Amino acid sequence: MMRRILTRLANPQLLALVGVLLVNWLLFPNFFRITWQDGRLFGSLIDVLNRGAPVAILAIGMVGVIATKGVDLSVGAVMAMAGAVAATMVVAGYPAPVAVAAALAVGLVCGLWNGFLVAVLDIQPIVATLVLMVAGRGIAQLITEGFIVTFTDPLLIFIGTGSFLGLPMAAVIALVLMILVTLLVRRTAIGLFIEAVGVNRAAASLAGIRSRMLLFLVYGLSGLCAAVAGLIVAGDIRGADANNAGLWLELDAILAVVIGGTSLLGGRFSVPLAVVGALIIQAMNTGILVSGFPPEFNLIVKAALIFLVLIIQSPLASRIVPVRTSAREARS
Amino acid sequence: MSRSLRPLLATAVIFAIAYALAVLQFPAMFSTRVLGNFLTDNAFLGITAVGMTFVILSGGIDLSVGAVIGFTGVLVAVLISWAGWHPLTAFALALSIAAIFGGVMGLAIHYLQVPAFIVTLAGMFLARGGASVITQDSVPINHEFYDWISQLIIRLPGGGRLSFIGLLMVAVFIVGALVAHRTKFGSYVYALGGNPVSASLMGVPVARTTVAVYTLSSVLAALAGIVFSLYTSAGYPLAAVGVELDAISAVVIGGTLLTGGYGFVLGTFIGVMLLGLVQTYIIFDGTLSSWWTKIVIGALLFLFIVLQRLIFAASAQGEKAS
Repeated sequence: MMRRILTRLANPQLLALVGVLLVNWLLFPNFFRITWQDGRLFGSLIDVLNRGAPVAILAIGMVGVIATKGVDLSVGAVMAMAGAVAATMVVAGYPAPVAVAAALAVGLVCGLWNGFLVAVLDIQPIVATLVLMVAGRGIAQLITEGFIVTFTDPLLIFIGTGSFLGLPMAAVIALVLMILVTLLVRRTAIGLFIEAVGVNRAAASLAGIRSRMLLFLVYGLSGLCAAVAGLIVAGDIRGADANNAGLWLELDAILAVVIGGTSLLGGRFSVPLAVVGALIIQAMNTGILVSGFPPEFNLIVKAALIFLVLIIQSPLASRIVPVRTSAREARS
Repeated sequence: MSRSLRPLLATAVIFAIAYALAVLQFPAMFSTRVLGNFLTDNAFLGITAVGMTFVILSGGIDLSVGAVIGFTGVLVAVLISWAGWHPLTAFALALSIAAIFGGVMGLAIHYLQVPAFIVTLAGMFLARGGASVITQDSVPINHEFYDWISQLIIRLPGGGRLSFIGLLMVAVFIVGALVAHRTKFGSYVYALGGNPVSASLMGVPVARTTVAVYTLSSVLAALAGIVFSLYTSAGYPLAAVGVELDAISAVVIGGTLLTGGYGFVLGTFIGVMLLGLVQTYIIFDGTLSSWWTKIVIGALLFLFIVLQRLIFAASAQGEKAS
């Protein structure tokens, strides 16, 4: 039993995370120090969990979409819309739970809209979600009327900055979502169906899988996760910024999923490893910041990381180094 | 009227109707001045969109163009203002760097067999990061060459002006259309977008064409960056954020199929003009806020994608029936 857990832990993503954290520790000896203050934990490690949570949540939703050979570019704009809806509603005097429910509903509707374009109208996912990526931020600005809507509602602020059992609320939400989605896809046949649709949608449909329903499900989940991330980001800054909330986070989420070993060609995915991918990205961000480099280096490091992962994932590399039978090779 | 020209016709008709409606409301919009400014204000977008048309025709996508515009602007500004280079040598260096950059992306897409959007996404991070590493400030350009170019204007009756950069965009569109529809390279691009497997079986040099397409897109994006620096007389690392989305929108609205293999360079021109019309209308109106631009562009994008689906579904059924 112990051995099984050990072999599962020894995968490249977790090793990479440990590696990045160790480099951070070398650069900044206090990196692993965690203190208890005002009923919550403090420290760089906790900061990585907290700051990485929005991207991790986006990645949880994005995994399913990418596993069906799709991509959801609209999540950043959906974040902005969800934050805008929640902030405007509490400012207008609605109770906070209603505002949160409305924001989540907006995210779900956006996701289902993407699902409709992809599943029913049969539009390429990049383009289908591009529509909302372009228009969504405009709609968010329409909701906030161009202002940054600030609020003092305790529930919304708690979602963004509160703590639960000493851990930041954002990280707790990400953890709960990760466990729920993992159980949903791995304890039922849904995960298998998603992989089947990703490998070959026509064949999956012929085999009796209701691929339309599945596409609605994965895009709806992605929209919902984006709304949750939007609420966290809005709660964190105590305001909804339609221009900047979630800007370019869709790219970080895709990167997290790819680092997590999910194949962009569909058919192989892992929810927990995508979360690990998001933490790797955040640990690198934090490392670059604490080591005093300008934050712009982040972009270059991310670009290098994408190329590295692509080279490792490519058929060319697996021909040279037969690491393990990937889903793609098993198929052929 | 050939059936394949229908989407192009649809775009042209929608542009004509939209322009007519705008002129009915604001008669001042029907002037050579507004038309001249259409070309000048959208020159960098148009040049980028020509490159994007080729990429999308070949079945790919290039998300790095906005970042390449920003990088080129900063590089050119720094070389001219800080290093004292002549603008033309700076332009040559910027275009060569872009060519290598695009070529490497093309190589990666072909040989690593990964989706184009993830490779060009990495390219976008790299170019934007590179621009920010050079400088984080806006670098102004004061050079007599820039003053000379900005005075190259053809004056039209009615107060209109055709600027150098506006005419450059028109020239790029004409050359782009000739390359796409009249050369061997053009037909390779269409074949690749139609079906890469059959293209390679027919003897299309897939690797060379892929590399050439992304090189072309990056070089045109760098040219757009130069035009942008002529337009603003400055270089700024965060310039042209999100232009890739505008360029893709213009290409799609212009009737090019996003799955590749079908479309017209001229259609992209109408697409760019339609985006320009939306912006000009919002400026003329004065009461509408700038965020309406994004919503209208999103709505147009949706409209045209659905239109394409309907036209192609109809023609596919027609072929089956016959």
